[in-house]
Amino acid sequence: MSEVAFVSLEEYTSYFAERREEGYTFLADLTAVDYLEAGHPGLPAEVRPERFEVVVNIRRFDQPSLLRVRTQVPAESPWVPSLVDLYPGAEAMEREVYDLLGIGFEGHPDLTRILLPEDWEGHPLRKDYGLGRVPVQFKEVRRHR
Amino acid sequence: MTASVFTVARPQDEEPGALLSRDTSEGLQELVSRSATAAAELDRETGAALRIPESESEVETFTDDGRMIINMGPQHPSTHGVLRIMLEIEGETVLRSKPVIGYLHTGMEKTAENLTYLQGATNVTRMDYLSPLNNELVFALAVEALLGIEIPERATWIRMLLSELNRISSHVMWLATNGMDLGSSSMMIFGFREREMVISFFEKASGLRMNHNYIRPGGVAADLPDGWEDDVMAIADTIEARIKDYNELLTGQPIFHERVFGVGIIRPEEAIALSATGPILRSTGVPWDLRREMPYLFYDKVDFDVVVGTVGDTYDRYSVRIHEILQSIRIVRQVLERMPSGPYRALDPKVTPPPRARVDESMEALIHHFKLFTEGIRVPPGETYQAIESPRGELGCYMVSDGSAKPYRMHIRGPSFVNLQSLPVMLHGGLLADGVAIISSVDPVMGEVDR
Amino acid sequence: MPLEDLSYNFLTGNIEKLVQWARQASLWPATFGLACCAIEMMSSGAADFDLARFGMEVFRASPRQADLMIVAGRVSQKMAPVLRQVYDQMMEPKWVISMGVCASTGGMFNNYAIVQGVDQIVPVDVYAPGCPPGPETLMHAILTLHEQIRTGEILRRRREPDKGYRQIGQPAVSRMVGGVE
Ligand code: SF4
Repeated sequence: MSEVAFVSLEEYTSYFAERREEGYTFLADLTAVDYLEAGHPGLPAEVRPERFEVVVNIRRFDQPSLLRVRTQVPAESPWVPSLVDLYPGAEAMEREVYDLLGIGFEGHPDLTRILLPEDWEGHPLRKDYGLGRVPVQFKEVRRHR
Repeated sequence: MTASVFTVARPQDEEPGALLSRDTSEGLQELVSRSATAAAELDRETGAALRIPESESEVETFTDDGRMIINMGPQHPSTHGVLRIMLEIEGETVLRSKPVIGYLHTGMEKTAENLTYLQGATNVTRMDYLSPLNNELVFALAVEALLGIEIPERATWIRMLLSELNRISSHVMWLATNGMDLGSSSMMIFGFREREMVISFFEKASGLRMNHNYIRPGGVAADLPDGWEDDVMAIADTIEARIKDYNELLTGQPIFHERVFGVGIIRPEEAIALSATGPILRSTGVPWDLRREMPYLFYDKVDFDVVVGTVGDTYDRYSVRIHEILQSIRIVRQVLERMPSGPYRALDPKVTPPPRARVDESMEALIHHFKLFTEGIRVPPGETYQAIESPRGELGCYMVSDGSAKPYRMHIRGPSFVNLQSLPVMLHGGLLADGVAIISSVDPVMGEVDR
Repeated sequence: MPLEDLSYNFLTGNIEKLVQWARQASLWPATFGLACCAIEMMSSGAADFDLARFGMEVFRASPRQADLMIVAGRVSQKMAPVLRQVYDQMMEPKWVISMGVCASTGGMFNNYAIVQGVDQIVPVDVYAPGCPPGPETLMHAILTLHEQIRTGEILRRRREPDKGYRQIGQPAVSRMVGGVE
């Protein structure tokens, strides 16, 4: 019931336009992965791996099914065409990916940070961004009550 | 088994327009229909979503055409947590709006990458804190899909039972907060009373009132407590009977009608385009419920109806939820009858810890136990997207494994996060005071929106 | 004044005790629900637990009318300035309960997004442990605070840093685990 397709960045918009015509009218999810430290699972040999991968899940309602589209995005220019014109629901999801992973979306009407404060630096879900953990120290408990 | 579509009824005695004129002691009071507001007409083509930077509305600003941008939240009693909404208003009519989120951003997706698969459930359960068991369920389903293991029948039925009970508790909690927003404090007290029943059952089963960490990869944490049938039966009977009270208190009330009828309408095409799911999508009449369309667990083996509305206004969203409680009770009853006996978690020593008693006796069990809790489950490389129908809509989990004991990437598609996008459409052209009713009818849980 | 002229009975006491008693008996919390803990805070106000027993059932929406801020849930970096602003808007005397491990220490979310302990932003009087603290725990925290108010001094609140209170700008000294800053 759920299939996976690999689409190159050049065909990205036209691929979704075709699928939408076909009946995949519902965008279920849009996210991205930073493959800095691991290999891409399930990538066919003919697709050249890149650092980022944008993962889009679309659904059709007439024959319930799910299609997952994976697109490789190079680290040098992390820009992807926006899907907002085809699926208006992509707006918040693309902003989230932009905010947390630093992948831009060309043609997005409002590409700003969505979860973090506007003046935040860096993109936390990138693998080279630390967890930001504050070390916890245990000290002797001083009682003064 | 079958699942048919059930359309909620709307009180037919009054024409939709008839509500707008009322005979009072001071003679006939005419109200202009909201859609006839000139400002709203004027603004229809400019769209409903406001796209200006968040810092813009720190103070209330007047623009030169008499419109005003005001801020609602993030600390506001009726925005259900820390939601902030920027509203462009003209007079009292809302033109465009923009939900500003992130005030509860917890970095859970990052934290998930640093927790093992066994610990991960404690993380996801804190996202949607009104239906924690559904979050655990989708996480467990994703891990199991990557592991390729089958879980025992009893575990599946237990999961179904709990996720339906959770739907009930989430919806009654929604009724409570919705009642509070609309000024009905009794509903708030009623809702919490009912929720307390369900919560105490969860406490009995899992040891915690919220954030249970009960559904884990490989099954559930423990078997149901003795006498669970009676508890569940009591919950089902009581809540079913009390729906009558709610109907009396709210559904038939003229004051309630004034607040919700024809308020915040969203059309089916808009809802689909904006990726809305759950009661919002169903209230517009689209019978899309993952439990029926793409069944997981054993939802194809039970009877229930998919509840849909007709108009897509706040009233429809309200009655869809009320009827979903009844449908959940129906499923719970069937689960009660069909619960098989057997193990409650997969008997795979690589995934489930051995029983405590065996650890004392067998060296092998001790090693397994030790390995499992120090190292965690090793999951073969792969990626998967699993989705379930949570009380708020499609709850998805995208998970990538690189073969280690921690997920390489874990992403949750929070239904409230996506559903919030339809808020500007619903608010558009309505009155500012109706905003409270509309925000409440979307039922956003900020923990899940911001993660 | 001869006592026989009085038509009523009377008691003597000091004004401080009266003020303490009055403050303790009607402590109005501000609604400051953030995350999961907020739900438990709401349940303690609802039917089964009934905070009204302690004169606290009115959750004030406006910080100006509240005496107590229950920080219920995790405080993110984006929320922190808002929280401080709401705290500053509250009238003196004011108290803070940090509800849940997230508000107290950051809890299980030791990462970039969460403030590791709300006592970095506002002075905290009582910490309620638990994730989430059940309504019983919250009530215990509230009763502890009542006790503190009843026995504390009415005028000296912010001036003595080593009593767990601090002035704005001074580093927090935690009351529960003294020394960890
Ligand atoms: S302490 Fe626990 S229940 Fe409270 S906000 Fe944090 S995670 Fe949620």
